[in-house]
Amino acid sequence: MSSWIPLWLHKLGSPPTFYRFAGSLRPWAMALALLLGAVGLYGGLVLAPADYQQGDAYRIIFIHVPSAEMSMFIYAAMGAAAFIALVWRIKLAEVVAMESAPIGAAFTFITLVTGSLWGKPMWGTWWTWDARLTSELVLLFLYLGVIGLYHAFEDRRQGARAAAFLAIIGIINVPIVHFSVNWWNTLHQGSTVNIFGKSKMSWDMLWPLLTMMLATKFYYVASLFNRVRTDLLALEGGKDWVRKIAADEARS
Amino acid sequence: MNSLQTFFAMGGYAMYVWPAYALFFTVLIADTIAPGVRRRRVLRELRTRLARQSMRQNRPTPAPPSP
Repeated sequence: MSSWIPLWLHKLGSPPTFYRFAGSLRPWAMALALLLGAVGLYGGLVLAPADYQQGDAYRIIFIHVPSAEMSMFIYAAMGAAAFIALVWRIKLAEVVAMESAPIGAAFTFITLVTGSLWGKPMWGTWWTWDARLTSELVLLFLYLGVIGLYHAFEDRRQGARAAAFLAIIGIINVPIVHFSVNWWNTLHQGSTVNIFGKSKMSWDMLWPLLTMMLATKFYYVASLFNRVRTDLLALEGGKDWVRKIAADEARS
Repeated sequence: MNSLQTFFAMGGYAMYVWPAYALFFTVLIADTIAPGVRRRRVLRELRTRLARQSMRQNRPTPAPPSP
């Protein structure tokens, strides 16, 4: 490993250190996710007014858009971890990439189903093969491909490297999902939230949405840490630190 | 109609809004529970393996055959 990487980061990459680090941060991330989620949903479901065109059906936006954003955000995170895993062969990066996939798949699945439930009353159809919906479905298949490839190998680290390669190739789909509403004619509406410009939404609808987007980020951290900790135990079963945890938990 | 009923009616879109929220929470709760279940299984299997190993090590070695 190169010398420009600070020592603490170096240490954090070691499984027992990260196990403890993730264990102490996870409750805080989960608490923040729950708190922000409660505030965001109260703002979205109770305080925000009904939409003048869509009535109350638009309230699906408060879970649909954050989930859709997470489906792309987690894919990018997984791709970055997969790249680090392939180039520097860091075990922790492999685990982070592989354990991000199920969370990303969960959010992609939520996006597709909530979108369908929103599409039926607004567009009159559950599903249409347009660019945004199809590319999001491809994203789900990419996640499932990464998960499947990882488990297809007898040797887990070999499986992780193969799946990491697929994850990196699949990154090409993320900008396609994001820009699909601009590049092709579609039933799907354009982006409502705009970080750099003016958002096309009134503030009493916007702040609950932004709060939910933050809540899902913290949820991802909490869920990822939970999964990575378990995976490290499974991967390092032969090591002393894991044997100690196994023995300690048998006693309690 | 009181305000709670109005809230649950969702302006007539209750059959779309509430299933969406139910799915959101069901999937995320399952995602939170799954690693804990796996963790207990992993540790249990590890303890079984370790117990088997220590049993094998503590078994007395058979005496060499007498001539």
